Formats: sequence, C-alpha cells, structure tokens
Amino acid sequence: MRLELQKRPQSSKALAYLSPFIALGLTLVAGAIMFTLLGKNPATALYTYFVEPLFDPWARDQIILKATPLILIAVGLAVCFRSGNWNIGAEGQYLFGGMVGAMIPIYFNDWQSPLLLPMMMLMGMIGGALYGYIPAILKSRFGTNEILTSLMLVYVAQQLVDWLVRVPWRNPQGMGFPGTKSFNESAVLPDLMAGGDAHYGAVFAILAAVLMWFMLSKTLKGFEVTVLGQSPRAGRFAGFSARQMTVFAFCLSGALAGLAGIAEVSGSVEKLDDKLSLGYGFSAIIVAFLGRLNPLGIIAAGFILALSYIGGESAQIMLGISDRATRVFQGMLLFFVLACDTFIHYRVRFIPTPNKVNA
Amino acid sequence: MKKTLFALAASAAVLFAGQAMADGHAKTKACFIYIGPTGDFGWTYQHDEGRKAVEAAFGDKVETAFLENVPESAEAQRPIEAFARNGCNIIFTTSFNYMDPTNKAAKKFPDVKFEHATGFKRESPNVSTYSSKFYQGRYVQGQIAAKMSKTGVAGYIASFPIPEVVRGINAFILGAQSVNPDFKLKVVWVSTWFDPPKEADAAKALIDQGVDIITQHTDSTAAMQVASERGIKAFGQASDMIKFGPETQLTSIIDDWAPYYVKRVKAVMDGTWEQVDVWHGMADGNVVMAPYTNMPDDVAKMAADTEAKIKSGEFEPFTGPVTKQDGSEWLKKGEKADIGTLLGMNFYVKGVDDKLPQ
Repeated sequence: MRLELQKRPQSSKALAYLSPFIALGLTLVAGAIMFTLLGKNPATALYTYFVEPLFDPWARDQIILKATPLILIAVGLAVCFRSGNWNIGAEGQYLFGGMVGAMIPIYFNDWQSPLLLPMMMLMGMIGGALYGYIPAILKSRFGTNEILTSLMLVYVAQQLVDWLVRVPWRNPQGMGFPGTKSFNESAVLPDLMAGGDAHYGAVFAILAAVLMWFMLSKTLKGFEVTVLGQSPRAGRFAGFSARQMTVFAFCLSGALAGLAGIAEVSGSVEKLDDKLSLGYGFSAIIVAFLGRLNPLGIIAAGFILALSYIGGESAQIMLGISDRATRVFQGMLLFFVLACDTFIHYRVRFIPTPNKVNA
Repeated sequence: MKKTLFALAASAAVLFAGQAMADGHAKTKACFIYIGPTGDFGWTYQHDEGRKAVEAAFGDKVETAFLENVPESAEAQRPIEAFARNGCNIIFTTSFNYMDPTNKAAKKFPDVKFEHATGFKRESPNVSTYSSKFYQGRYVQGQIAAKMSKTGVAGYIASFPIPEVVRGINAFILGAQSVNPDFKLKVVWVSTWFDPPKEADAAKALIDQGVDIITQHTDSTAAMQVASERGIKAFGQASDMIKFGPETQLTSIIDDWAPYYVKRVKAVMDGTWEQVDVWHGMADGNVVMAPYTNMPDDVAKMAADTEAKIKSGEFEPFTGPVTKQDGSEWLKKGEKADIGTLLGMNFYVKGVDDKLPQ
C-alpha cells in the first residue's frame, strides 16, 4: 500500500477554515511530547510559550516590535509572489533601504527638523525600491532567474553595509566596534507607548497591509497582479505586460522592505550597525506564506511568528529550555501549518500495492 | 478544541501561581546572557561552567537561568530586561557589545545587580564590570609558538578589532619575538565571535599561506580541528580544547570565571554587593594555562617559567622596549605600559603582518 496526494477538483472550504486549528492542535500535541521528553511540565511550558506573553503588557510591546518588520516586508512580498515574481532578496532590500535612509542622520548628525523623519522614511523606501529594481530589470531585460539574482544581491548588501559601518561611517568613539554614531532625537521614530520599545513602524505595517489588501482585492492593478501570476499568457491577451509587472512588483516589495529597514534603524537601533537584520527578510517569506499571501492574513501571521519568538525566549528564561529546543518548536509550528495547508488542495489516497510486482 | 485549550491554559495558570508561591523570595536568582551556544567549548562554555559552579556552591539557595545566542545589538536589550523582570537578582552579560543594553537596563531596574564582562561603562551604581588579563597567557603562547614553528610564521584568527583582541595579538607577537626576533604573525579577521565554518575557513587559508601554528580569538573548536587534520599545532581558546586536538593542542588559555561568579552571587545573598571594576589575571587564578602538551620538555619548561614570573608579578608582557608597527617607539627599555593604553589599544606592534582594520 502506498499513499498518494491527489489534487482536489476544488479546494476544500471546510479545511481552509479548519487547517490552522488542526495545525495548532498538532503543534500543541507535538510540543507537549517534546517538553515532556525534556523533563518539563508540558502544560506550564505551553502556557509560558503561548499564553503568558499575551497577558504581559511588556511582552505584548515586544511582540509588536518584532512583528513590525516581518509584516511590512511580507505584505510587499505577497504582491510580488502573487504576480509570479520570486523575490527572495527582501533581506537585501531591507538592508539597502535602512542604509540609504540612515544617510541623512549619518552625514548631518546634528540636523534637527520635523522634516527629517519623513525624509528618512522616503529615502529608505527609495533605496529599497532601487535595490529591488536590479533583479527586476535583469529579469525583464535579460531573462535572468530572479530567485538567484535577488538572493545573491542579499550578500552584496550585507557586505556593503558591513563595510560602511566598519570603515567610512564607523563611530570614532566606538572602540573599533562596527556601527555609526547614535542618531539625535529628531531622527528617532517615536515609540507607540511612552516607555515602550515598539515604534510607529507598527502603524506603517498595518497601514501597508490594509493598502495592499485594498489594491489586491479592489483595484484593476490587483486584478492584473493575480492574472499575470496565474497565467502570464492570459495576462498578455488582456493587454497586461509581464515585464512591467516584474518591475512594479519588485519595486513595490523593495520599497516596503526598505521602509521596514529604515523604521528598524530609526525606531529601534537608533544607529546603523552590522546587526541590522536578524534574517527578517527571510522570515518574512515564511510569514507571507503563513498568511496565505493575503495582506490581512499576513498581519496575523506576523504576530504569530513574533509571539513564537518572544514566547520562546520566556520559555528559555522561565523553564531553562535550550535555545535549540525553542527553535525546534518554532519549526514544528511552521511545518504543521504548511503541511495542513496541503490538504486544502490535495487529498490523501491509499493505493493498495498490486500483488504481482514483476509486470 | 477551544475548550481543551482553555482548560490547558487554566491548569497551567494554577500550576504557575503555585510555583511562584512555593519559591517565594528565599532563592537568589542569577541569570546569564551568552553570545554563543553553551556547547561552543570555548568562551560561552566557560561562562556556563561558572554558572554551574554557582549552582554547585549554593545548591537550593540559588536558582540560575541563561539565554544563549543573544546577538550583540539592540536585540540584546529585550532578553536582559526580560531577565530583570523575571526575578533575576543579578545578571551577568558576557560579551563586550552588551555594554549599552546592560547600562540601559540597569537604569530601568535599580534593584537588580548587573555584571558586564569585558566592558568599561558603569553608568549607574548597580553595574559592575569584570574582565581578565588574557594577554598574559597570549605572551606565553607566543613564546611557545616561536619555539615550535618551523616556518617562523603563526596564524591568528581574530574576531573584531577591539582593544581586547588587539592586545592579545600584540602580546602573542611580543612573546614570540622574545624567542625569535624575526617571528611573523598573519592575522585573519572573521568578524564574528562564533561561526565554526568561517573559523575553519580562516584556519585553512592561514595554513595555505604557510603558517604552522594557529591561534584564535574566536569561540569554537573549528580551528583546532582543522589544525589536527592538517597535522600542525594550535592553541586552544577560552577553554581546554585538548579533546578536539589531542595531538595538536600546545596549551590553552582557560578562562575561569567560577571564583568571581560565586563571589558576586554570594555578595548579593549577603547584601554586600558593591560596584566594582575588576581586571584579574594569572595571579588571581582567573587566567589558567592548560597543561603544556605536544612539545619538548625544554619548551614546556620555558613556558612554565614565564607563567610563574607573570604570576608572581616579576614580569609583565607589555614591558619595553616595544616598537609600534609603524616603526615609532612605544615603550622605552624597562618601561611598563599604562593601563589606559592597554585598555584602549588600537595599534599593532612590530612584526604583525597585517593592517589593523580602522
């Protein structure tokens, strides 16, 4: 007997609603087994992981902070992926945007003006868009594979920012450590709540998600994105240009990734350093798919992933679980969610093995 | 589904509340922030040994917790504050660039004691800094390298050009030159504290350039293992790495944090904790040399002699005459380096075959 996945003629509506809950249930069961094997009380562990952070204002603030770049980047990626353009290099666009946006406070460290922040955000978006334009133009002009070029450009951006904060932009008073001078107050994105860490980038993230949702579901441009993504040929008949779409999608997702970058630089780090990204651009790909490429779903997905980070940290602190165990747990969560999604479009069939093998 | 979830949450809440009450305030909680994994068998491993020593020393009276792989950036703020909020009485942050987050958290939590390793900022009275004079061990290693090397060139895998690392490089080459004035040192900067593949690549690159002794200022055992494979000698770092190169390790500088950690946690228990800035060395037992192995007896004896002289205070590695890399004189004959220059060291001495990243 063997198992076979068979495509459903129509995706299952019931499963589309149920699958996240099944996934959550499976994660809880698998997680409980793992925690028991580690010698921890599974109920306490799961509570610490998933519930406690939600009731703690400080942890909630940290979840918002973590979710901000994930959501901002992921909603841009959703547009890109839906249009059939595989931008794997959001990490690079995030870094490049952060770097370009940081130029003003780096070169004019003393300049204080209410114009400063809007200019920084704008420059961050332009920087990210320009960096997204490179793989887009390579694809639309020369037919290169955008997955490879956008991914490779991540390393270019990483090395560039790394060099900048080590050599020309390094803080002379920084003991040789990579990083620029700290920004002055008017270059720092304000906090959402006084004394908190989450900043106005979170507002940008929600706004961006709503805007992208509106564009995708209510406008002609959104229709164009979907048609070209599902069938480039049909799109051509409708008079849509796949080349222009590539440029549009990359620049848009680049701009949002760039905004995420400068928001993080300005609101959280308050200077440019060599640890600007902790892989947000890559995690955002997971968030985009977890949210089913729907900007509103992405908001939820971003918060869930952020919760798993913050919860994982408190599990380490409160229960003495190792870093590795919390990462296994995060991996299980994502695995179950994506695996359960498979059953929306496919069903499992048992095919009995024929008796005679040598046919 | 929802019902079970709720039941689960509720039962957990009860459990949790019970635990908190049972614990009460009797226990002192000591918490540690680590840059790498506890299994790096180097820097973080040694700090974790210190944590275990605290547990062993005080048993039920103490509770410890740690977070590993915490990046040296604004990201470190959250875990440090999370510790402070979760009842830690004393928090050890064990890497240089936790400096600003540590000081920021200390201002927010005046009742919690903070101990920052290898830093220099103590912005509020509840922050102490502590470090060790690892360079003393580096000098001994330099002497051994010069005796053992056939090519007269050693390779140094360096992390970040902070004074701590530059000081180690300079001490090593000064030790080597005391044996062989023409000894050369090649340096590779890997820009990380812990990244085994990168460290291994650096070791391979150095060996291909003709070095036959490897030493490192990074935290994993990767370089030791590469040196073993290539049949050359190497020095362990932070921890005794002899298991990873039984035929390879000449010696290792062992960071023994246990005495300090036990002492400081005790001070918190007794209510006698006060702000300090300590820089201990061989004499205090914080810098320990692993057994001198894989070398002839005369080399081992020379190393042990130097070690004894440093321990007794008879000798300090940074004693003139010392010339800087650019040819200018730094220390006159017999002159000893002042502590300020050592703490802020940002130049190479003569013989280092590298340009210091500025």
